[in-house]
Amino acid sequence: MTTMRGALEMMTTTTVADWKTSAPTWWCPGCGDFGDLSALQKALVAVGYAPEEVVIVAGVGCSGKIGNYVNSYNMHVTHGRTLPIAMGVKLANPHLKVIAAGGDGDGFALGMGHFMHACRRNVDMTYIVMDNQIYGLTKGQTSPTSAPGFESKSTPEGNVEGAVDPLMLALTAGATFVAQGFTGNQKKLQAVLEAGLQHRGFAFINTFSPCPTYNKVNTFDFFRTELHDIDEDPGYRPNDRIRAMQVLLQHRQLLQGVFYREERPSFHELLPGFSEDKPPVNPDWQLSPALWGKLLNLYR
Amino acid sequence: MRQTERGEEHLLHEVNWKIGGVQGEGIDSTGDIMALVCNGLGYHIYSNRVFSSRIKGGHTSAKVRIATRPVAAPVQETHVLVALDQESIDKSAAELNAGSCVIADSGFKPCLPSGSGATVIALALTALAREIQAPILKNTVALGASAELLGFPLEEVQAYTATRFGRKGGKVVEGNAKALAAGAGALRQYLDEHLGGRSPLPPLAPGDGRQRLVISGNHAVAMGAVAAGCRLMATYPITPAYEVMDALVPIFPQVGGAVVQMEDELASLAFCIGAGFAGARSFTATSGPGLSLMQENLGLAAITETPLVIVDVQRGGPSSGLPTKHEQSDLLAMLHGTHGDAPRIVLAPGDVAEAFHDTVLAFNLADRLHTPVIVASDLSLGLWKQTLEEADVDIERVEIDRGPSVSDAELAALGPGGFSRYAWVPGGVSPRSLPGQKYGQFQAAGVEHNPKGNVTEDSANRVRMMRKRAMKFADVEDLGVPGLVYEGPDEPELVLVAYGSTSRSVLEGAEILRAEGVTVGTVRLRVLAPFPIASLADILGPARVALFVENNFGAQLAGLVRFHGLEGRLAARGRCEIRSLLKFDGFQFYSAEVAAGARETLKRPPTQPGFGPAEPFVMAAGLTQPVLMSAI
Repeated sequence: MTTMRGALEMMTTTTVADWKTSAPTWWCPGCGDFGDLSALQKALVAVGYAPEEVVIVAGVGCSGKIGNYVNSYNMHVTHGRTLPIAMGVKLANPHLKVIAAGGDGDGFALGMGHFMHACRRNVDMTYIVMDNQIYGLTKGQTSPTSAPGFESKSTPEGNVEGAVDPLMLALTAGATFVAQGFTGNQKKLQAVLEAGLQHRGFAFINTFSPCPTYNKVNTFDFFRTELHDIDEDPGYRPNDRIRAMQVLLQHRQLLQGVFYREERPSFHELLPGFSEDKPPVNPDWQLSPALWGKLLNLYR
Repeated sequence: MRQTERGEEHLLHEVNWKIGGVQGEGIDSTGDIMALVCNGLGYHIYSNRVFSSRIKGGHTSAKVRIATRPVAAPVQETHVLVALDQESIDKSAAELNAGSCVIADSGFKPCLPSGSGATVIALALTALAREIQAPILKNTVALGASAELLGFPLEEVQAYTATRFGRKGGKVVEGNAKALAAGAGALRQYLDEHLGGRSPLPPLAPGDGRQRLVISGNHAVAMGAVAAGCRLMATYPITPAYEVMDALVPIFPQVGGAVVQMEDELASLAFCIGAGFAGARSFTATSGPGLSLMQENLGLAAITETPLVIVDVQRGGPSSGLPTKHEQSDLLAMLHGTHGDAPRIVLAPGDVAEAFHDTVLAFNLADRLHTPVIVASDLSLGLWKQTLEEADVDIERVEIDRGPSVSDAELAALGPGGFSRYAWVPGGVSPRSLPGQKYGQFQAAGVEHNPKGNVTEDSANRVRMMRKRAMKFADVEDLGVPGLVYEGPDEPELVLVAYGSTSRSVLEGAEILRAEGVTVGTVRLRVLAPFPIASLADILGPARVALFVENNFGAQLAGLVRFHGLEGRLAARGRCEIRSLLKFDGFQFYSAEVAAGARETLKRPPTQPGFGPAEPFVMAAGLTQPVLMSAI
């Protein structure tokens, strides 16, 4: 296989066309997920990766199809399990740029347990959630991020549950990069994705990705009207977890931008004896008899 | 095995030594020291324990089978019992016979069950330990007494404990040496005062002096993974599999790997699939409850043709079942678990050498066939220690086969978009690319996909892809391990069939039967999927009875061979009947139980055609004879 270079050390020049596949998209016309796809492709060009060094692990649901449309190594996996699979990819070969992507159901229903642990582990990967506050592929059931009172096929009298707040959860669970974007604001979303891709550690980016077919509440117009930008506050610095929580609570999470960012060693960098120079994908395949004999001493 | 009954001064070739007490009192480590001392003296050992799902308190015991020939199964008799409390005697009563010795702490006034005929040697174990250093040394005092009774040179036992406890400092080493000497002295004094200086136990024949490794199946699996170039383990701690993780935590950092403790077994298997996709060898070890949680992702590995290795150390199920007890009831879950058609390989090691080799093989097969491979271990194989010849784990003889892959040059020649990861090729195993390889990009989708990896629901494609994934397993003879191993005559009356640790009880059970004149053969199944049904039918054809010996209630293995059409194949060849001997009380078969079950089944007339399968015989702790399932 090719020798990988550090993703941040060298830039590869590509165009958006290099990141496209021939697979026809299966999303409804007007789907927010097109915005995620487009912003991600532009961000990958801007950050300077090559398609062969990017691995996208995508979940189940409409959003999970995103990997089909990005020219990269892609796993389209079981529902809710993107994060531990992405972690396995990263630990096998730390030179790869690993992106996990999925919807609000994938990430915050089945995947919630993995999400919390991924945040605290700080594995070097980017996690993009395409949040439409509904289950689209099964034709319109309430999701974990649907607001209380939300009417859908599964809650015709209104949602009686509280909504998951992914940003607050990520902040409390120890994520080192927490951001939010909106597919209706491509420029901002691309900037947020670029920052997340360049972050060394677990970068969580929630994106509002409206479902035009089944969610008539959280529409593009809704977010255009309701969503504020953290950069409107010139004094905001994304280095304080408590401050990040405060502004998110003040704005009922209807904010876009990077709320928190912290530099600290990522998971694999802290593992004893683990080296990017000799990753598990390419170990010493034949152990020396001397080392083997030493290991067997445990059983003498 | 024991020859004292004849009243002659024979050398013993096998002694079963056991220590019992309260969990948390160092019973396990005393058993370990005994096993390692015996290994140092050149004996073969097999060592097992009884324990509960608690950290401290409750009865526990450790037993060491010490022999001058290889042994790989538990036996019921105990020749030397070290009892630190009365409960240890009560719980072992059925294992004692007229020649047995019980070294007991005189502090609790040991009492034997009436009519046992064993000899009690009451020694002041705790008092002697307190005189030296601390009451905790009473186990060591007992070890010294045991060594003296078995005729082991005291200096060699002291030298071993000095090596083992050297790191803890001179005071600890000195205390252990004194405790061993005190125990040996007390035993000699007891024999002089009460038995006229004569030992009730004939001397043990000397060992061959060869040093072997003393290792459990779990540790053998761990070492197999290291030897195979695996550098990642993702796991969630579970009894009885967590020892695999324990073994690798200190080793992997030395070779550039890591043990990653995940949040659950779903995540563990998911991690391994990601690592496998990226090209690393990675695996997980679990037991029944974990295997249940892994089922959905097992199918993901199958349909994406991602190499994957799972070690299942079976325990009593269902649910939490008997977490610290032995069973072989995950068979069908290993073979068929997950929804949909997801072919895989299931290997079945029976002893520690096979556990090592099957683990290496599992990684090679996973890469060769781009498939999940399950190593079917069980609690007895996983936890109990056996001696292993070092030549059996020679690192220079380990071969690595990474399987079909596409080179950078081939990808460059194909150009952008030219590579088909799931191409239809003869044999079904299409070369794979690894992330990082230019122009090797593809989609590994849990959704049905075409040769390029693109998602499609096209019916013709679906049929071809199903066949592609299935045809990889067509040739069972080409796996690098025989599907089964048969030992016995060409025309046996009886064939005993088993897999896993049970296969070793069966081998020894057959020895007992042969000594009685039964023409018996044994089949050790080494591969459970793809199942070697043709070879099995060939072997069983001439026999009268095939007795399937397994540790579960539902006769899963016997059911499996029926599923594969064994009855029809046998009917075409002759008269062989499929019968079952089952045990599901939490313990492995003793060889004597296998022999008893075999005798019982041979007494029974052939089942009349049309009357359905023969009713299974059941063995359980406390039963001296097998009983029919309906009678329990």
